[in-house]
Amino acid sequence: MIWSDILGNGWDAIRTHKLRSMLTALGILIGIAAVVLTVGFGQGARQQVSKQLSALGGNLLIISPGSSTSNGVRGGFGSAQTLTSADATALSSRTAAPDIGSVAPVLQSNSQSLVNGSTNWTTTVVGTDPSWLTVRGRSLSSGRFISTDDESKAAAVTVLAADTASELFGPLNPVGQNVTINGVPFQVVGVLTATGSDSSQNLDDQAIVPLSTAQQRVVGGSNRTSVQNIYVKATTDDRLSAAYQEANSILSYRHGISSTSSADFTITTQQSVINTTSSVDSTLTNLLIGIAALSLIVGGIGVMNIMLVSVKERTREIGLRKAVGGTPATIRKQFLAEASMLGLSGGLLGVVLGVGAALILPHLISSPIAISVPWILIAIATAIVIGIGFGVYPAARAARLSPIDALRSE
Amino acid sequence: MVSTQTAFEPITADPQSSPVIQLHDIRKVYRTGSLEVEALRGVSLTIEQGEYVAIMGPSGSGKSTLMHILGCLDVPTSGTYLLGGEDVGGMDEIDLAEVRNRQIGFVFQQFNLLPSLTAVRNVELPLTYAAVPRMRRRELAQEALARVGLAERMHHRPGEMSGGQQQRVAVARALASDPQLLLADEPTGNLDSTASEEVLGLFDELHQQGRTVVVITHEAEVAERAARTIRVRDGHIVADDVNSPGGLR
Repeated sequence: MIWSDILGNGWDAIRTHKLRSMLTALGILIGIAAVVLTVGFGQGARQQVSKQLSALGGNLLIISPGSSTSNGVRGGFGSAQTLTSADATALSSRTAAPDIGSVAPVLQSNSQSLVNGSTNWTTTVVGTDPSWLTVRGRSLSSGRFISTDDESKAAAVTVLAADTASELFGPLNPVGQNVTINGVPFQVVGVLTATGSDSSQNLDDQAIVPLSTAQQRVVGGSNRTSVQNIYVKATTDDRLSAAYQEANSILSYRHGISSTSSADFTITTQQSVINTTSSVDSTLTNLLIGIAALSLIVGGIGVMNIMLVSVKERTREIGLRKAVGGTPATIRKQFLAEASMLGLSGGLLGVVLGVGAALILPHLISSPIAISVPWILIAIATAIVIGIGFGVYPAARAARLSPIDALRSE
Repeated sequence: MVSTQTAFEPITADPQSSPVIQLHDIRKVYRTGSLEVEALRGVSLTIEQGEYVAIMGPSGSGKSTLMHILGCLDVPTSGTYLLGGEDVGGMDEIDLAEVRNRQIGFVFQQFNLLPSLTAVRNVELPLTYAAVPRMRRRELAQEALARVGLAERMHHRPGEMSGGQQQRVAVARALASDPQLLLADEPTGNLDSTASEEVLGLFDELHQQGRTVVVITHEAEVAERAARTIRVRDGHIVADDVNSPGGLR
């Protein structure tokens, strides 16, 4: 028997019982749509995270005071002051650390009150040096950034992030204007280009001041040389691990650390953040795929159930087909073709539904959903395999029927 | 009708020389649990090329079993069956399917047309199993339908046709692959007298054109149309008569 006839027979049988076939395909449809959506969610989230992180500047190392293992909680002012401006200077040595491109020490103070005339705005004040712009991969929309001169003089100048500028000055250009930070007057010298949010803070809502100014006038405290974090950018992406080693050995030497367990600083990479996020995502994605797979199995059992009913119901037809020359093999193929086409139609409709949802849902919820072509193909193949897999037994039953018994049946 | 240049290779070397059917001492025993029923108890029978034979018998006589064996739908417990000179006794299910496909055209009491297919596609069915290419298949099916006078009804589904027309479609299906033997099982059992006449008239014509027709029936009027009547009772052939006048008309 010709293949196209076998497929044609299967398709005829599906068309003859439209409602039943549609209900059967529904089980597969839902499973496939679920697979397409969950994979899309997982990939969408991962793409978003890596896009955000690479926007922040790739090949970045973040050095924080304290060891997460020995100190547990860190970060509050005064709890750990192990990093200093001098550490940052040491890291920027071209000879000791040839793979480190630029270094930006950061001293950050949350909830600082900025005032322009009668306008009040509470934001994060970041004290840093001129290399911050390069290290964080930011740019200016107007004015200039903090200069080395500002840094050495502890000048009262500030660069505002886009949201902060518009909150305080509205549509006006703030460059050249004055704001007070914690009562101290500062001149606005530049505005940063908007960039978006990372996972923890709005990067467009902050005020940048020279590190020395922050240490002396904004944050204060007893130790006026300490910094909160040091951002280190490797010369190129592939030198990141070399830069990591160099930063680690320089700081260990300077802090007199002999073993890693007693280190009073922690170096994290952007990649480790990506990995953490991705692994959380993939756990969730795997769980959802597991649920989708279960629904596909349920769908497959539906196919088997309907195929068994169909074989029973079409016993006479099978008898006739055998009488006019159908061999067990062609009968089996016919029912397998029917089952696989049920699977395929469920799969195709499921992909349509899944892709449709992936296009519409991001407008309703904030999560992006990726549409992955390889996964769509895998999903369709899975649907066909499920159809065939669960069609084997009903098809074998049809093939085994004896022609006379089948013709005699009512 | 179908020319000799069809896609069908005759299974026998020269079908003209040997009888279409040769049964020798055919026995069929059914076992249901410990119970054994002997449906055929030694049937020997020869049907020559071009004969029109009626097989008659009351229900339970074994005529249905005989029909199944003649149609290669079932195999005898013992005895030999030569169909067109070829022994079908040793054949497996696949070979038997091919024999049924190429050598035998079936007409059933229930018509057994597939309700979802049009007349022409029903007639094509045996040809699809013979893997006849689509165009040729359609041609042969159309010829067969024209032959039974249903050229106009080619694209109607069985549900849109009368019983007589449906049975004629079934006859066309039986003829489509140009088989050696036309085997009809109670072909008029579900038809009124007018429709019966249509179908039996068709058989008469086919017989006159030289086809071998075997009709299984319990109706005397149907049997009278044939040239020869074989009566079966309790698994034996009890009479084998050449019909006088009414036979060949």
